[in-house]
Amino acid sequence: MDETSAGRSPATAITRRGLLQKGGGAAVGLSLIGFLTWVGVRSADAVPLWAVRPPGALPEPDFLGKCLRCGLCVRACPYDILSLAETGSGVAPGTPFFTPRKAPCEMCPEIPCVAACPSGALDHGLTDIAKARMGLAVLADQENCLAFLGLRCEVCFEVCPVMNKAITLEMRLNTRSGKHVHFLPTVHSEHCTGCGKCEKGCVLEEAAIRVLPRAAVKGALGKHYRVGWEEKKKAGHALIPEPLSLPVRRPGDGS
Amino acid sequence: MKRPPGEEAVEKKGWWPAHRWLVWRRISQAGVLGLFLLGPAFDLWLIRGNLASSLFLDVVPMTDPLLFLQLLVASGMPATQAILGVGVVLVLYGLLGGRLFCSWVCPVNPITDLAAWMRRRLGISGGWRGDRRIRYAVLVLVIGIAAASGLMVWEWVNPVSLLHRGLIFGVWSGWLAVVGILLFDLLLSPHGWCGRLCPTGALYAQLGHATPLAVSAVRREACSDCRACHQVCPEAAVIDPALKGAAKGVGPRITGIDCTRCGRCIDVCPDEVFEFDFHLPNISRVVP
Repeated sequence: MDETSAGRSPATAITRRGLLQKGGGAAVGLSLIGFLTWVGVRSADAVPLWAVRPPGALPEPDFLGKCLRCGLCVRACPYDILSLAETGSGVAPGTPFFTPRKAPCEMCPEIPCVAACPSGALDHGLTDIAKARMGLAVLADQENCLAFLGLRCEVCFEVCPVMNKAITLEMRLNTRSGKHVHFLPTVHSEHCTGCGKCEKGCVLEEAAIRVLPRAAVKGALGKHYRVGWEEKKKAGHALIPEPLSLPVRRPGDGS
Repeated sequence: MKRPPGEEAVEKKGWWPAHRWLVWRRISQAGVLGLFLLGPAFDLWLIRGNLASSLFLDVVPMTDPLLFLQLLVASGMPATQAILGVGVVLVLYGLLGGRLFCSWVCPVNPITDLAAWMRRRLGISGGWRGDRRIRYAVLVLVIGIAAASGLMVWEWVNPVSLLHRGLIFGVWSGWLAVVGILLFDLLLSPHGWCGRLCPTGALYAQLGHATPLAVSAVRREACSDCRACHQVCPEAAVIDPALKGAAKGVGPRITGIDCTRCGRCIDVCPDEVFEFDFHLPNISRVVP
């Protein structure tokens, strides 16, 4: 095809065909661009529940404005837990994620994935892996969790890298038997990194404890709320007058 | 019937001189891909990452200019490595010719070359021949959307990224883009993707304004007007200013920024008009 002779019509000639071609091309182009923008914005809200971003990942829309989809974090991970997302998987194509139930984050102290990130989509300010907040573990299924059934399981408690801080065991009376104790795994959000070791370790066929996006899990108190006992601690005394102490009278108490 | 381009060159010069740059180019394309695949396949990590951003020998970073621009407008200044990386790429392709990337490195090129070859063989000549400046409009839109949304929206569909990532990381859904581009170039538009739409190439072209490496029609007086170079050139408009410029006092160097330095014109020319020329600065010298 000799383009210079066959492909170009004289620049001044305006033909119906030319107009239609140009207009059609522009319309197709514009609708494609509109569609792309829509796809991009729609899928930028959050990652699906089964996917967790690597440590240090910026909050989701910011992350998608920074991640180059180069996979250097994938290559840096010594445990090979990270993958780049497929198109149409629900995670933005080419961006890194891991699936805790398959392979959780091993929380390397050097955080090689963050160091490898060329763009800062994984925040280089994260230097202490214990401060990573990839998600939040939630004991989602209290009907099937063995601890709630009254068994001594505690695997999630045992495998937690932030042991006895991110997950503690709270003792409760087993009201079914009336004489046993439940050892209930309880997640504390101020220590949980969302590494997913607990979800991986859960012995059930489907994990009862799961790493979920923090935003999907965390509630927030109204700003005007004050927790009385903390205010009391701060002030050193009760903020309202102590209630009257009345004399206790029991039968046979002398009167 | 017109003879396929290159046939006369093979007769006159022999097979190797008529295919030399084509073969080197395929070796280069396969070599770049092979280099990236050494790691995952043989645990030999000469280079990590992919064409979007990579790290060579654990020292030299490289970042794709189009990704860098999107990054910059979407979320402000990135971390140092991405900045150094784009600097390396700017210097490298500033020296070698911006669109050298397109014909010697980009994984999409073999696909669009295949489409062009099939078109010539099957005698398909029709299709949309939109203005080649459309790619600059695409480039502006890609950057504009990134700036407006704060997301790298183009990276949802960028076939260059999709294909390379697919090959290196085994993300197979990117193949859809490959098939799409092959069919688009073959059936709908000659040189449609690389020549009219691709914003990556449009941006690399901007690095080619002052490049020392270029093709030059050094023996243009020997041209027998067989037009073989025009038939194989993906950016045929860059040839004539140099090839036919003697009368206007224009030098023989092909200085058009759209030239991909593929060197196919050197191969197929039976009159041995063209050769690669490395010269500082990039001026179009008039040969006396």
